[in-house]
Amino acid sequence: MNGLVLLIPVALGLGLLGLAAFFWSLRQGQFEDLDGAALRIFVEDEQDRPT
Amino acid sequence: MSAVALIERDFAVPDIRCAGCIAKLEQGLVRDRRIAAARVNFTEKRVHLSCTPDADMPDLLGAFTTLGFEAHPIGTGEEADAEAETSRALLRAVAVSGFAMMNIMLLSVSVWSGAMGATRDLFHWLSAMIALPTVAYAGRPFFRSAWRALRHRRTNMDVPISIGVLLVSVMSLYETATHGAHAYFDGTVMLLFFLLCGRWLDSVMRDRARGGFTALLRNMGTGAMVFRHERSAHWVDATALEPGMEMLVAAGERLAADGVVAGGSSSIDLSLLTGESAPQTVRLDDIVHAGTLNLDAPLRVRVTAAGADTAIADIARLMGEAAQGKSRYVRIADRAARLYAPAVHTLALLAFAGWMIAGAGWHHSLLIAAAVLIITCPCALGLAVPAAQIVAAGALMRKGVLIKDGSALERLSEVDLALVDKTGTLTLGRPEAQGLDRLDIGIKSLILALAQASRHPLSEALTRGLQVHDVRPADIRSIRETPGFGVEGRWSDRMVTLGRPIGTELGEALATQLAVDSRPVATIRFADRLRPDAAEAIEALRGEGIGAMILSGDRAEAVAPVARELGIMAQTAMSPQDKLEAIARQAALGHKVLMIGDGLNDGPALAAGHASMAPGSASDVGKNAADCIFLGDRLMPVVEAIRMARRTQAVVRQNFMLAIVYNVVAVPLAFLGLVTPLVAAIAMSGSSLLVVGNALRLKAAMW
Repeated sequence: MNGLVLLIPVALGLGLLGLAAFFWSLRQGQFEDLDGAALRIFVEDEQDRPT
Repeated sequence: MSAVALIERDFAVPDIRCAGCIAKLEQGLVRDRRIAAARVNFTEKRVHLSCTPDADMPDLLGAFTTLGFEAHPIGTGEEADAEAETSRALLRAVAVSGFAMMNIMLLSVSVWSGAMGATRDLFHWLSAMIALPTVAYAGRPFFRSAWRALRHRRTNMDVPISIGVLLVSVMSLYETATHGAHAYFDGTVMLLFFLLCGRWLDSVMRDRARGGFTALLRNMGTGAMVFRHERSAHWVDATALEPGMEMLVAAGERLAADGVVAGGSSSIDLSLLTGESAPQTVRLDDIVHAGTLNLDAPLRVRVTAAGADTAIADIARLMGEAAQGKSRYVRIADRAARLYAPAVHTLALLAFAGWMIAGAGWHHSLLIAAAVLIITCPCALGLAVPAAQIVAAGALMRKGVLIKDGSALERLSEVDLALVDKTGTLTLGRPEAQGLDRLDIGIKSLILALAQASRHPLSEALTRGLQVHDVRPADIRSIRETPGFGVEGRWSDRMVTLGRPIGTELGEALATQLAVDSRPVATIRFADRLRPDAAEAIEALRGEGIGAMILSGDRAEAVAPVARELGIMAQTAMSPQDKLEAIARQAALGHKVLMIGDGLNDGPALAAGHASMAPGSASDVGKNAADCIFLGDRLMPVVEAIRMARRTQAVVRQNFMLAIVYNVVAVPLAFLGLVTPLVAAIAMSGSSLLVVGNALRLKAAMW
C-alpha cells in the first residue's frame, strides 16, 4: 500500500507529461508537414555551404 | 524595414519533389528583398510567404519562375483552417481519452487480478477521478450530435452512445460509492477512445482531400493585370475585378473575367468552356469569357462581368439543381445506424424489463441494461467505414487520384455506365506537336532553341515534344519574341524565325513554321491528341462491366475519329442542358452513371452523375463538381479508382459482418449478466483491432 501512494502519482504524472508534450507539439504545428520533416534533414543551411 | 507590416500569402507549387527543391525555394526566395520569409509545406506542396506590401503578385510569381518552379496563388485558406481546427480538436480528444484509457486500464488490471477491500475502492475512486473529466471533455462531439438529433426528434448512432456512456458512468460511480465489485470506467473511456479514432480518421480524410482540392481549384484565372491609367498596370485579384476595368491578358494566360476586346487580336482556346477543340479568332469588340485561354498575342479586355456575374452563372444554376439529387444519397454507415440505434435501445430496454420481471431489483437490472448498451455500442461499426476508406484514399492519393469524401468512394463502387467528355478528358486538352520525328536533327535543335525561349503554349508544346527526342538546342544568339508573331534569333550569321506560317493554306488549324532567312524550312502542325492509354482504359472499363459513351460539346467531325478509334458510341454538339438530360435518361433506365469530364460545360453533368471524375487539368467548376480528380496524362487512374472503390466497399461489408457476428456472440452474454468489465474490455478492443486489421489489407492489395 505504501508503495502505491508513491507509484500511482508518478505513473499518472508521467502520463500527463506525455499528454502535455503532445498538445505542445500539436500547437507548434509539428504534424503539419510530416513528409517534409523527413526530407529536411538533407537540407543544408545557407551559411554552411562553401562560397 | 521592420516597421512595415508583412503580408502573408500561400502558393501551390506542384513541382516540389525532393529535399533539393525545399532548400532551393526556401533559400532562393528570400534573396528577393521583398520576401521576408518562405516556408515550404512538402506534404501539401505549398509555400507560405511573408512579403512586404509592395510585392505585386506577378513579381512574386516571377521569383518562383527564376528558381524554375511554377507557382499558383491560392487563397488565405481561412475556411480550410476552420476545418483543420475541428480535426485538431478531435485529435486532442483522442489523445486525452487515450491517456485516460491507459491509466484506468492500469488500475483495472489490478482489480481484475484480485485487489480487494480498501485497495479496490481506492482504485475505483482513482479511475472515477480520471474517467469523469475525460467523459466530459472527450464525449462532447457525441453529446452535441445526439442532442441535435433528439431536438429534431430523430435518432442517430450518437444517441445510444451518449446514453450508454452517461448511464454507465453514473452506474459505475454508484458502484464505487457503495463499495461494489464492478465499475465500468475502463469500458466507457475505451469506447470513447475507439469511437473518437473513427471520427478523427473520417475528418482527416475529408481534410486531406479538401487540401488537395483547394490547391488545385485555385489553379488559374486568379487575377489580372489591370490598367490604372494609360501607362501603368497593377495586379488585381479576381474577386476585386469590376466591370469597366481594363485588363491586360498576356499570351498563354487565362481570362479572369468576362469582357469585350478593347485592343489587339488573338486566338482564344474555348475548350474548357464549350468542349470545342479548334481555337477561335477574336478581334476588337468581340466578346470573350472567363476561363478561356488566350493563345497568341496580348489582349486588352474591358471587363463587362466579373465573379458571380460571368457567363458561368447559368451553368452554376444548372449545377445547383443537379446536385440536389445527389445530396439524397445516404452513406452506408448512416443507413446501418438507422437500423442499429433503435435495435440497441430496444435490446437494453428488454434486458432491463426482463431482469425486473425476474425480480433482480432495479440496481442489478440497470447494471445489466448498461452492460448491454456498452457491449452493443458500435465501436467496431464506428471504425469499420472510416478505417477502410482512409486506407483506400491514401493508396489512391499516391497513385494520383484525389477522393473528395467517403461517400464518393461508396458511389464510385456502384457505377455501371461511364459517360465521357471528349476534349480534355479523352484527349489531353492541349496542343501537341505532330510529326516531329520526321524532322531533320539539325532542324529539331533549331526549333528547340527558339521554342525554349518562349512561354507561348505552342512553344511549350514544341519544347515538351522535343525533349522526348533527346535533342540539344542549337546555339542561337540574341533571341527576341514578338507577341502575335513569334520568336527570332541569330544562328551563326543567319536569321532564324519560328512563328506564324506564311501563306494561309492551313486555314484555322494550329501550326507554326521555322524559317531561315525568311525562307520556310519546316511547318509543324498541332493537334489535341488522345490520352496515351485511352483505348486501354476504355477496354479495362468494359472488363469491369462498365460500358462507355462519349458526350461531347464539340462538332461531329471532330468527335467521330476519336469515337471510331476507341470503338464507342458518341453524342455530339451537346449543350450543358443536353448532357444533363442524357444522364437523367440513363438514370431512368436504371443505370448508375459515372460522369467523366473537365470543362465548364460538364459542370452540371458532373454534379448530376451518380459519381463523377475530372482530370487535374479541368476547369474550376469541373473540379468543384467532381467527386474525384485524377492527375497526370493517363486515363487508367479512372479504372484503378473504380477497382479500389469496389474493393473498399467489399472490405466495409466484411467489417459490418464482423461487427454483427461480434454482437451476436456478445449480446446474449450481456443479457445473461455475464459481461463483467473484463469481458467488455476484451470484446471491445478485440473487435476494433480485427476491423482495423481487415481495413489495412487494402493497403497490401494496392501493391
